[in-house]
Amino acid sequence: MTLPKLSNAQMAWRAAQDITDGAYVNLGIGLPEQIAKFQLEGRHITYHTENGILGFGPAPEKGREDWDLINAGKKAVTLKPGAALFHHADSFAMVRGGHLDLAVLGAYQIAQTGDLANWRVGSKGVPAVGGAMDLVHGAKRVAVITDHVTKDDKPKLVEKCTFPLTGVGCISRIYTSLAVVDIEDGRFVLKEKVPSLTFDQLQSLTGAKLHTTGNVTDLIAPELDQ
Amino acid sequence: MDKTIGSLAEAVSKIDDGSVVMIGGFGGSGAPIELIHALIDRFKATQHPKELTVVNNNAGNGKIGIAAMIELGMVRKMVCSFPRSYDPKAFSEAYLRGDVDLELVPQGTLAERIRAGGAGIPAFFTPTSYGTELAEGKQIQEFDGKPFVMERWLKADFSLVKADKADQHGNLCYHLAARNFNPLMCMAAEHTIVQAREIVAPGQIDPEHIITPGLFVDVVVEVPEPIQEEDMIRAGEEYV
Repeated sequence: MTLPKLSNAQMAWRAAQDITDGAYVNLGIGLPEQIAKFQLEGRHITYHTENGILGFGPAPEKGREDWDLINAGKKAVTLKPGAALFHHADSFAMVRGGHLDLAVLGAYQIAQTGDLANWRVGSKGVPAVGGAMDLVHGAKRVAVITDHVTKDDKPKLVEKCTFPLTGVGCISRIYTSLAVVDIEDGRFVLKEKVPSLTFDQLQSLTGAKLHTTGNVTDLIAPELDQ
Repeated sequence: MDKTIGSLAEAVSKIDDGSVVMIGGFGGSGAPIELIHALIDRFKATQHPKELTVVNNNAGNGKIGIAAMIELGMVRKMVCSFPRSYDPKAFSEAYLRGDVDLELVPQGTLAERIRAGGAGIPAFFTPTSYGTELAEGKQIQEFDGKPFVMERWLKADFSLVKADKADQHGNLCYHLAARNFNPLMCMAAEHTIVQAREIVAPGQIDPEHIITPGLFVDVVVEVPEPIQEEDMIRAGEEYV
């Protein structure tokens, strides 16, 4: 069957709902960085990038890029009023010192114990890690945003990661294309799911047991442009 | 005291075979492309320096800068966090052929190792990489009930750094996010070589605005209109 998945934009929208006013946040390259587009009105959120900026804003107009002002994905950005610049050791002191409120990363696999695998899928090719291993241990909360399953419908939420780990016991919440799942006491706790899937259907797409501790609410996102 | 040096060629003339060379920048931002290319010019003319260990966040893009150094065979080893950004073919091919070694370091650990090297701290403990393959073989110690990985300082024979404004004492300011690894690398090298867009007399930079104190800098060379690596890559330029 075709799964009733949220689009990437809808997943990003859902993750954005949880970012509180005044938060300092690092969003990973790719899908996580889309979350910034759905920042709620009235909430002031300061975005951190590993290469030394707090308070960066969207890309400048084409032709107005300054290539000394880029984000971790090497894309040109702008500075918002109140932005700050600093060197790499200060930038990662913000991360490792526990000063960021939230980091959101992508994932290949997440284990029920909160282990994350997101930097390589095997031992072939050229490995690259960037700041992911630092971010998972630094921010006060570390969340993942990911499709619930792989391209061939294999679970990404698993009992134990088979891909190389990025960090151990580091994830607290997962925003997927089908559900919102928290990690509590070494288990997956289902908080929200798309209404058109039953619990059992969702369980069959998940590689470890889903628990519930209260009401599971409907995960409904507005129609959004990609 | 005047640390100004007349030419790029002279600035890089002491770098010899087998040196550990830190190169500032994050991608193209803050990359001292003119200094790198001066080193490449020397290699083309003399076949030296070679067998270099290069420390940089990335491993070069396209066919310029660090990528050109790799393609020309100047580099024996890369120490970096992300050798796979835009068009990393030069490194990828050399690595997969076994011509260049890779020491992969998480980005924050890389920054802190360089800072520790500059600050005289031989090792430190971090939670980063605990339980992963990048912690294999490293000492683990518990502090306050949590496991940490011991990481060693990282020092270099030379650093190549890009600054915006410098004074003759080597005090430096940087442009926007071009700062990144540059101030740390100034601290961690035996001999720090800086290219600056403008060199002014001492006193002409407000001391409150100095990011790198001149004590960490050995020589400064003026490059009034520095090229952006990103612009060169977009223009398809090569330096091999």
